[in-house]
Order: sequence, then C-alpha cells, then structure tokens
Amino acid sequence: MASRASSQGLFFRFHIDLTLLLGLITLLAIGQVILYSASGENVALMQRQGIRLGIAFVVMLMIAQISPDTMRRWSPVLFIIGTIMLVAVLLVGTKVLGAQRWLNLGLFRFQPSEMMKLAVPMMLAWYLSSGHIPPRNRHLLVALIILLLPVLLIAKQPDLGTSLLVSSAGLFVIFMAGVSWRLILGFAFAGLAFTIPMWLFLMRDYQRQRVLTMLNPESDPLGSGYHIIQSKIAIGSGGTFGKGWLNGTQSHLEFLPERHTDFIFSVFAEEFGFSGILVLLSIYLLVIFRGIYITTQAHGTFARLLGASIVLTFLVYIFVNIGMVSGILPVVGVPLPLVSYGGTSIVTLMAGFGILMSIHTHRKLLAH
Amino acid sequence: MAQRQHLKDHFIEQRIFHNRSIVAILFTIILFGILAFRLFVLQINNHEHFTTLSQNNRVSVQATPPTRGLIYDRNGIILAENLPSYTLQIIPEQTSDIDNLVNELSLLVNLREVDIKKFKKEVRRKRRFEGIPLRFRLTDEEVAIISVNLHRLPGVEIKAQLSRFYPYGRETSHIVGYVGRINEKELKSLPFTNYSGTNHTGKLGIEKSYEALLHGQVGYQKVETNVRGRVLRVLERNNPVPGNDLYLNLDINLQKVAIDAFADKRGALVAIDPENGHVLAMISMPDYDANLFVNGIDSKTYNALNTSWERPLYNRTILGGYPPGSTTKPFFALAGLENNTIQLDHEIFCPGFYQLKGKAHKYRDWKKWGHGKTDISKSIVQSCDVFYYDLAFQLGIDKMHQFMTSFGFGKRSGIDILGERSGLMPSREWKKRVRKQVWFPGETVIAGIGQGYVLVTPLQLALGTATLANGGKHFQPQLVNAIQRKEDHVPRQVVPQMIRKIPIKRQENWNEIYHGMTEVIHGARGTARRLNKPDMRYKIAGKTGTAQVFSVAQDATYKEEELEERLKDHALFMAFAPVKNPKIAIAVVVENGGHGGSVAAPIAGEVIEAYLSQFSDEELNNPSRKSPVTPMKKSAPPTKVPPSAVDPDNTASSPLHKHKEHEEHVHG
Repeated sequence: MASRASSQGLFFRFHIDLTLLLGLITLLAIGQVILYSASGENVALMQRQGIRLGIAFVVMLMIAQISPDTMRRWSPVLFIIGTIMLVAVLLVGTKVLGAQRWLNLGLFRFQPSEMMKLAVPMMLAWYLSSGHIPPRNRHLLVALIILLLPVLLIAKQPDLGTSLLVSSAGLFVIFMAGVSWRLILGFAFAGLAFTIPMWLFLMRDYQRQRVLTMLNPESDPLGSGYHIIQSKIAIGSGGTFGKGWLNGTQSHLEFLPERHTDFIFSVFAEEFGFSGILVLLSIYLLVIFRGIYITTQAHGTFARLLGASIVLTFLVYIFVNIGMVSGILPVVGVPLPLVSYGGTSIVTLMAGFGILMSIHTHRKLLAH
Repeated sequence: MAQRQHLKDHFIEQRIFHNRSIVAILFTIILFGILAFRLFVLQINNHEHFTTLSQNNRVSVQATPPTRGLIYDRNGIILAENLPSYTLQIIPEQTSDIDNLVNELSLLVNLREVDIKKFKKEVRRKRRFEGIPLRFRLTDEEVAIISVNLHRLPGVEIKAQLSRFYPYGRETSHIVGYVGRINEKELKSLPFTNYSGTNHTGKLGIEKSYEALLHGQVGYQKVETNVRGRVLRVLERNNPVPGNDLYLNLDINLQKVAIDAFADKRGALVAIDPENGHVLAMISMPDYDANLFVNGIDSKTYNALNTSWERPLYNRTILGGYPPGSTTKPFFALAGLENNTIQLDHEIFCPGFYQLKGKAHKYRDWKKWGHGKTDISKSIVQSCDVFYYDLAFQLGIDKMHQFMTSFGFGKRSGIDILGERSGLMPSREWKKRVRKQVWFPGETVIAGIGQGYVLVTPLQLALGTATLANGGKHFQPQLVNAIQRKEDHVPRQVVPQMIRKIPIKRQENWNEIYHGMTEVIHGARGTARRLNKPDMRYKIAGKTGTAQVFSVAQDATYKEEELEERLKDHALFMAFAPVKNPKIAIAVVVENGGHGGSVAAPIAGEVIEAYLSQFSDEELNNPSRKSPVTPMKKSAPPTKVPPSAVDPDNTASSPLHKHKEHEEHVHG
C-alpha cells in the first residue's frame, strides 16, 4: 500500500494518472497486436505506427504538464487560429481522395480539423465557464454559433466523421454546463425536423448513399453495401471465442476492406470473438469511468466542462466506430480510438488524455 | 465577473455538474449496452449464419476439365488426339485497360480479328479473376516473345493445356469432324456443370455425335481463395474422369488410297463390310483440314471454303442426293424375280427404245440401236435400259418402292454421325403428299433405270450393295467399332445392328444377280471390264451407273463434250468382292465424271484391291459364309450410343455448313 502510494505520488509529480495511463497503454498494445494481424504481419507498418504512438505519448506527457488555467487562457487563441486554418483549408488545402482536409505546411501536412476536436470544446468551456452556470439563453446562442462555425467548415471539406466528433465535443460542453432539459428536448425535436432539409439539400450524394446502404446493406452487395456485409460476416463468424489471432479468414484473405484502419474492430471481433470483445469494451469502460471520475474531482468550471467533453467524445468515438462496423450506424469514417492505424487521430486523442491528466494532477495547486 | 455570487454559484454548479455526470455515466452504460447487445446478436445468435457466409467467401469450387477421349482407326492409328499447346490468356481484374493490353499483345503476336471478338464476348460472360483465352496454340517463338515481355503485361498468362489435333485432318474431316469453341447456343444446350472449364465441344462428325462419350466427367477442386479469387491452397480434390476413347471401323490407309484414287475429282466413296455394316472407308471430295476449325477459323479462309463451287465442306456421303441411274438395275432385277413378276428365263427384245401402250413417247436406251435379245444377265452386264423400262412397268411403283426400301433406299441409314439425308425412293403416297399429284405410269418407267425422282446418297448405295452381297442382311452402318471406357480393361464392342433380314424366296434368283454383276467386271462385254485383270485372286461383282444431271430434250443429240464440266453426267459404280465371300461393298460417285465404268469403277477397284490384299487366298475364296455378327463378350451388354448423342434430325448441329438440297440433280 505504501509503495503504491509513493509511486502514485511519483507519477503525480510528473502529472500522470496511473489508472488512465495503464488503460491507455493496454488499448495501444491491443491496437498493435491486432494491427500485426490486420496488416498481414507487416512489420514496417507497425514500426510507423510505433513511432506515431511514441509521438502521441510525448504529446500527452507534455500537455499534462500545462495547467488547466494556462489552457483556459490560451483557448480563444487556439480556437481563432484553428478557424482561420479551416478557412485556409477550403481555399488552398490539399485534396486527397476527393476531400480537402489538409494544409501543406512544407515539411508535413497538417489537418486543422483534428486540432478543432480539442480547440472547440476548450473555446466553449472557456466561454461558458466565464459566464453564469447554467448559461443564459443568449450565452447559449453565442455558444452555438461558436460551435457551428467550425463544424460547418469541416462538413464542407467534406469530413462527416470529424464534424460529427467536433460537434458532439461542443454539445457535451454545453450539456455539462447545465442547459435545461426542456431546451435539450426542444433542440432534439428541432434537430429531427432539421434532418429532412439536411437530407434533401445539405447532404452529399455519397453521404446519403451511406445512410441508405446502412439501412439495407444487402441492396448493393458489390458496391457501397460491401464493406458492411463483409464486416458483419467477419464479426459474426468470430463467435464466442473467435478464430484465433492471425487466423481471421475475412481479414487475411482480404475480404474485409480497410481492415487496419476504420474496420480494425471487425478483425479483432473475428479473431478474438465475443469474449475478446467483452474484454476490450471493459478496458474502454475503465478509461471512460476513470475520466468521468477525474472530471467530478476537478476544480474549476473550465476543467470540468472540458474534461467531461473529452471523455464523452471518446465514448462517441467508440460507439460510432463499433456501431458502424457492426451495421447499426452508417459508415462515417470514424476510427476505433487508440486501436485503428493512423497518426493524427491518436495524437489528438492522447492530447485529450493529457488534458485529463493535467486536470487531475493540477488540482492541489489550484485548491489554494 | 466570475466572482459574482461566488459561493452560491459554486454550490449550484457543483450540483448541476454532479447530476450531469450521473447522466453521462448512464449514457455510457446505455451505449455500451447497445453495442454489447448488437455484437451478441451477430456473434452468438447468428454465428452459424455468418460462419457459412465466411466459408462461402473463402472456399470456391473450381472445375477441372476432363481430357477428351481419343479416336483411333480400326488398326489403332490415332485420328484425333490431344496435344499440349500454349494458350495466351488475360485475367481481366489484373489489368486496368484490357483494350490497351490487347493492342500491345497484337504487336507481339499475331492476333486475328476473330480471336479478339471471341475474347471480348467472353470477357463479359466470365468472372473477373478467371483467365480468358485470347489466342490458342502459340508457337514456341511466340511463347518466348511474350515471356520476355511478361513483366510489363500485367494480367497476361501463358497457360499450357491440351488442344485437339487431327493428324489426318484432311482425310477424316467429314467423318471424324472436329471440335470448336463452344458458342452461345451450345452453351444453353450442353450440361452446364459438366462443361464448366471446357472450352471446346464437338461440332461435326464423330466428334459431335459421340460428344457425350468423348467429353468425360468434369472434376472439381475446392480451393481457398482470397478476395480476388487467387487460389491460396487446395482443400479438396475430385479428379475428372477422362472421356472414352473410340475405335472406328474406318481404315485410315484405305481412306488414303481412296483419296489418292479420286485425285482432284469431286464425289464420294463409301466402303462397308457386308458382314456387319462396319464402315471401312468414307470420303467426300474435295476435303478440307479439320484442324482449321479447332481454335476458330478466320472468316477469309472460312468464306473461301464455304462459297467454293466445289463445296468442300459438304459431306456428300450422307448429304449428297444423286440419281442412282443404272446402279439400281441389279436390285430391280432381283425385285422382279423375287416378286415372281419375271422368271429366270425372262428375255425381251430391245429395239433401243420403249413405249407405253397407246403413248407416242419414246423412252430411249443409252445404246441407240438397242441390245437385241436381252436376258437378265445381259441386262445387267450391258446395262440395257429397255429391259428395265419394261420390268418397272410390270412390277409397278408400289412393289418397287417396297423392295428398294427394304434395302435401305429412301430412308436414313442410322449411321452414327449426324445430319444424314434420307434420299428419295418415290411412291404414290409420297407424290400425293409432297407433290399433291397422282402417280403417272411414265414415272414408274424412268424410275426403273434409277432416274426421275429417285435420289440416293452414296452411303445408301453402299449399304444397299452390302445388303445385296450378304444375302439380304440389312445392317445399320456403323463408324464406331468399340468404346474404351477408362474403367474397363478392354474396349466394348458396339454390337452391329441388323435392321432387317430380307427373306430369300429362291437362292437361284440371288445367284443370277450375282452372276450378272460378276460378268459386269469379268465378262467380255461388261461395262466395267477394265477392272478385270488376268491374275486376280478374287472376283468382283458390280454395276456401273451414269446419272443424268439434267434431261435432254426428245430426239436431241447427246453431245457430252459440248456440255459444260458442271453439267456432265455423274459417274457411279457399286460393287462387292470377293463374290464368293464378300468382304467389302463399295459405292463410288464421281460428280460430273461421265461414265461410271471408266471413271468411278477404277477408283472402287483400287480400294477393293487395297482392302483385300490383307486376306489370304483361302479367306477370299472360302464360300462358307460366317455369321455376320462377331460374337461379343457375353457379360458385356450391347453398348448402344445414347439416343441423345445421335439425333438424325439435328442438322442444325453444324451451323457453319449451309446445306442445300441437291436440287439440280432432280430431273423430270
């Protein structure tokens, strides 16, 4: 007990939350293990991902050292820079696969929308924490404008997945700030009423197609329904205990598309089965509950709002990804957090957990 | 501003935040519950369903085509074999631009338009990962050129496979026929599963009529494939059963002798073993190389063959209808004797023409001044027309029709290749049905010398001769002698099918006809006496015939040399030998050949000589007639060709051949 307390103390001094850290490391390790199988035992790919994980880890540790108060002060600056960059993306961005998401900064390409996953909740937390809690209606209106501006800019790229995550991050801040249930229900109905014109005028053809094939994937088995059908086959054929690591036929015989990125969960489900899934979901739950615990212990409105938003966005990540690969949500291009292959999303996620650690470990300093 | 009412706000804030945190926890639990439930449904409830789908994804069944059965002649000389050949094929999914690839390949190897056309048709039909043949039978040099360039030709493959080859492509084209690429029509009628993996099917001749036996049973292998269909490993194998080998009655050397004897003449020859109906030789001239058709003939060559006035694609032995002319005389003489219309001592006076009572029309004899006193033997030896005008009139068309039909004239013989014509042996009933007219006595008269409506195929003439030679045993002519199934040790004989035994009323009647026919060759005044040689080991019985191509007006002078080549008479000859123990019956038709005795008979003589040279003197002259049916293995049931394999009405079987009736041969 004593040693645990002292090591806890040591980690605490370096602004690290041990429980969160263990959960994250376990998830990243699981990610590497499945990636080895999903990539067809491609070691080079794993090395690339390993470097990204290292960078993400360093980013997390660095951010954990910054106090929430400093973050709060820098929030508007970060938001304004991010918004300007989003406008720049639409004007001079690099187009990849039909979507204009990247800014070419000479040395590397940068995805401003990724930064907004944190900048938007920070901005909203800054704005709402400086006002009355629960916020008054006019503050809510301003908050909604702050939220909608980047969301629409991102949706325009188009990047449905990210705009969904950014808007949920923002909405969670507003929700945690205590907006009345009456308003929430009102907006929910308004939102429902808004879906019809959105379906007709705002959504692009490919997005509509995705929703349609989600509702009935068998209608186009060789076209847009193919991903979902193959993914469901992979998950379903996994059964209780799975086909075993490296033995997934759906993934190894390449029936499963995008198996090391968005559909990596299907590979996991095929090879480790329902029992493996329960373990994975438990670790995710552990991280989420630890996150919620941290926010309840947090000092200061900004820290609470931001922390809760980060945790709940992480939940949305998980739900949307697993929901889409298992065929209950449309395929919107959201990776499985910390497990899917891909650099940017992991760096942003780990930065978010860095913020959570900072919130947790800077409490005592703030208390006085 | 945050300092306003700090304490109170702090408590409210704290309470709100705690409430919302509880909502967040509930929210988390609900969402995870939904996911867990969904995954439970997929992985536990529907596990079997998805396992099946996953199996179907990865395991595919591939057809292994069987090796086609070989065809041998009666002495075991191979007539149709499978040679390894290299096929150029493209896997569509491995290339982005097929048209461009085909263009590039056409720079390296010779690609014909038909090849490309067929290829593009198949691209639409087959799956994207299946190799689709573009060119068959690459030369070694072409294989080398493509192999060197293979690295820059994605999706191109050179596949070694077996390709049909006919070593005697010319000599056997009309009989053995050929295989060709399966066309869309055939695709619908052929058993789909058994032909998955097979590219070729029999189009003509034996290859077509015995398709079901030659093809074999397709084999399968269950393989694990990835999403692009690439085979990763074989899970299960079920080997194909090769097709049956066929042994023909045909003697390829005899066939060659006949072809050499024909030289550049047009016509047909059929030789049959009278003892069992086995077809020993069967040629239709001119011929063509069957190998041209195996992998798609180009349109230029095909058009040249198809439109040539010599009609090389036309199998005259079963399709050509010729007026038999005087070759019918021995049959009609026998008909008169057996029907008691005339007696053995019957004799007439031939003045050179014949008139029906009360009619002015003169039916001319070929010999302007007549033969004078003519008995049965002389009527055959010198081919007296008047004798048969008179005999026909006395017999009447009904008896003539009945008698000739029992020898197989006017109906399909049932030979085991497809598309046979029935010829025509006219009757009152036929004329009423087809011509909607009553029968005129004059028509009986000219039918008596094998003219008028009468049309026979060379096969029918040979068959009739065989039936005459063996004393009335009418066999179904048979090309295939035995079928070698892979599971058997010895080939199964095809049992000769005797259609009818014509009852002999008096043996003397038959002997009289044999005598007359023998005199045709060996008599001093026989029309085919040039076949008679002093040191012959056997005697031949035969009859010449000359069939008019068109009628000559009354009293007009018949000047052969003035007629164009194509309007010349057809020369006919029928014979069997040895007379004492017939081993070969033969019919020869030489189109526009002129006289049967001078043109057709020598060809028959050469074939008879070539065939009989294998027998000893004793065999040739031992008069004791053996049972015509070779004894079979008692355990083996009579092997009959399945009805589906031989369908005489299926003349559409060879779409490449536009058959036309030989209408120009019918004269009125």
